[in-house]
Amino acid sequence: MSAVEVPSGVTAGATGEVSGGRSGRRRFRIRRPWRLLAEASALLIAVVVAFPLYWMVLSAFKPAGEVQSTEAKPWTLSPSLDSFRRVFAQEDFGRYFLNSLLVAGSVVVLSALIAFLAATAVTRFRFRFRTTLLIMFLVAQMVPVEALTIPLFFLMRDFGQLNTLGSLILPHLAFSLPFAVWMLRGFVKAVPEALEEAAYLDGASRTRFLWQILFPLVFPGLVATSVFSFISTWNDFLFAKTFLISDVSQSTLPMALLVFFKPDENDWGGIMAASTVMTVPVLVFFVLVQRRLVSGLGGAVKD
Amino acid sequence: MGKRGSAPAGRGGGASGRGSSRRGPARSPRGRAGWTPWLYLAPALVVLAALLLYPIYQLGLISFLEYTQAQVSGGEPTTFQGFGNYAALFGDGQFWQVLGATVAFAAACVVTTLAVGCALAVLLTRVRALPRLALMLAALGAWATPAITGSTVWVFLFDPDYGPVNRLLGLGDFSWTYGRYSAFALVLLEVVWCSFPFVMVTVYAGIRAIPGEVLEAAALDGASQWKIWRSVMAPMLRPILVVVTIQSIIWDFKVFTQIYVMTGGGGIAGQNLVLNVYAYQKAFASSQYSLGSAIGVVMLLILLAVTLVYLRLMRRQGEEL
Repeated sequence: MSAVEVPSGVTAGATGEVSGGRSGRRRFRIRRPWRLLAEASALLIAVVVAFPLYWMVLSAFKPAGEVQSTEAKPWTLSPSLDSFRRVFAQEDFGRYFLNSLLVAGSVVVLSALIAFLAATAVTRFRFRFRTTLLIMFLVAQMVPVEALTIPLFFLMRDFGQLNTLGSLILPHLAFSLPFAVWMLRGFVKAVPEALEEAAYLDGASRTRFLWQILFPLVFPGLVATSVFSFISTWNDFLFAKTFLISDVSQSTLPMALLVFFKPDENDWGGIMAASTVMTVPVLVFFVLVQRRLVSGLGGAVKD
Repeated sequence: MGKRGSAPAGRGGGASGRGSSRRGPARSPRGRAGWTPWLYLAPALVVLAALLLYPIYQLGLISFLEYTQAQVSGGEPTTFQGFGNYAALFGDGQFWQVLGATVAFAAACVVTTLAVGCALAVLLTRVRALPRLALMLAALGAWATPAITGSTVWVFLFDPDYGPVNRLLGLGDFSWTYGRYSAFALVLLEVVWCSFPFVMVTVYAGIRAIPGEVLEAAALDGASQWKIWRSVMAPMLRPILVVVTIQSIIWDFKVFTQIYVMTGGGGIAGQNLVLNVYAYQKAFASSQYSLGSAIGVVMLLILLAVTLVYLRLMRRQGEEL
């Protein structure tokens, strides 16, 4: 059994890239010119796909005269930090950044904990309405967040939450939970039942098993799931725009970006610099988590 | 509840054969299994009830009321309108136009995203590690880019004065956001750019999971590449294709940020409005909260229908929940 499973596990993992390529070649027997053509087009497409990001970073570093120039050059000989200075010189920029981090961080931690408990309940227990609940979690993912802005606005107003960070944290928590539960299910399922039995035989209580055995084992899955809640919260623009009407000190990053859009003349250097500042944390998070994501998904698949 | 718990798995959608799911409750003390899962579920259910279910109820309620600025500020009492708002909405030519645009735009986005994602997934299986890594990294970068920054960057790339694209294509100062279709095309490009990576990575993982012998046998039998894709790979990938298709439909139907940022809130004279932005503008720009809610309800129903199709397809494939 394990002899069969090991190779497939290796190919699925990140380390299998090379061997996968070799077997691919053997598999298809593609003639050399065709493979070279395929590789050339893959590289070309990679360049095209990466180009917008390259252009963003490049424009952020270009001096003002070159950004707003009718002769757009794909390089710059005199990189400057002026655009970044304009971004960071905004009155409350640091605060916007912290607010964004605080909102995204709270949502990530809270949704991970709540979703872990819920996922454990629906995978480790059989109870009445279990299937109904699962379908509800699925349906809840489809709800158009934007359509609920109207009732949420009144809800936040009635509870005095307008202009507070809570008005961003709570809705995002609700909207990221269903998907988190749905995705974590696989990770919780992958932990062998025998382990649970052994723990109970050794006299562990349910709570102890939950937090000291199951939680660490599911942790990679939690990290993988948190990428999605982090991104959706960090990217939020609509709630920030709608719920934070008057109190600028509670604003998040997207607002700091929109400042540079002006009716007469957009400050493209500033926009690109602010965009870069906003994109970098997400990219960093992706890179940090990527390992965990692969191993976590690998664990879930091996079940 | 305890009674149900001790006779498990009967209705769990094909779970009857799975020993593990049977063992669960049998092993645990019967009395406790009854309420423990609900204890675990409680936080999630409270949050969802307060911030998802209740707002949906409110959305439906507001759509039946007369609710404008006067009622919000408390100047006038709210009055029940029945289907009045819906009648007004369905009688408005602009609503149908926006609905048509939303469906057509979402369809175009879904088809393009799937085509690009699948084609690149197949391409990934044909190349060696280095080009594959390059393409994967570029795609991950596009995936990770926030919608709002992606939107601003693409607008800048296609800027009539300073953008490199017009210069490269020799389009002079052609404004992409001025015309209706060119504006939609620009948004479509951005949407495809940031959503094809999900399709590509998922389908690629699916192709890698197909046993090599199957493809080898097909190739030995002299099947062409297209034939292999259509008759061997596509059927084996069907479950994955269903998932990515439905997910794409749901995402692309709900596009908001891209339209809002790239076309400046719905384009000139609202020519680029989609339902989501339309509802938002109705509610928060012209204070017609009840009309905005009615549009929201229409969207909710459409997406619910898509979800039901998804559930049926999943059931047919015998996937256990």
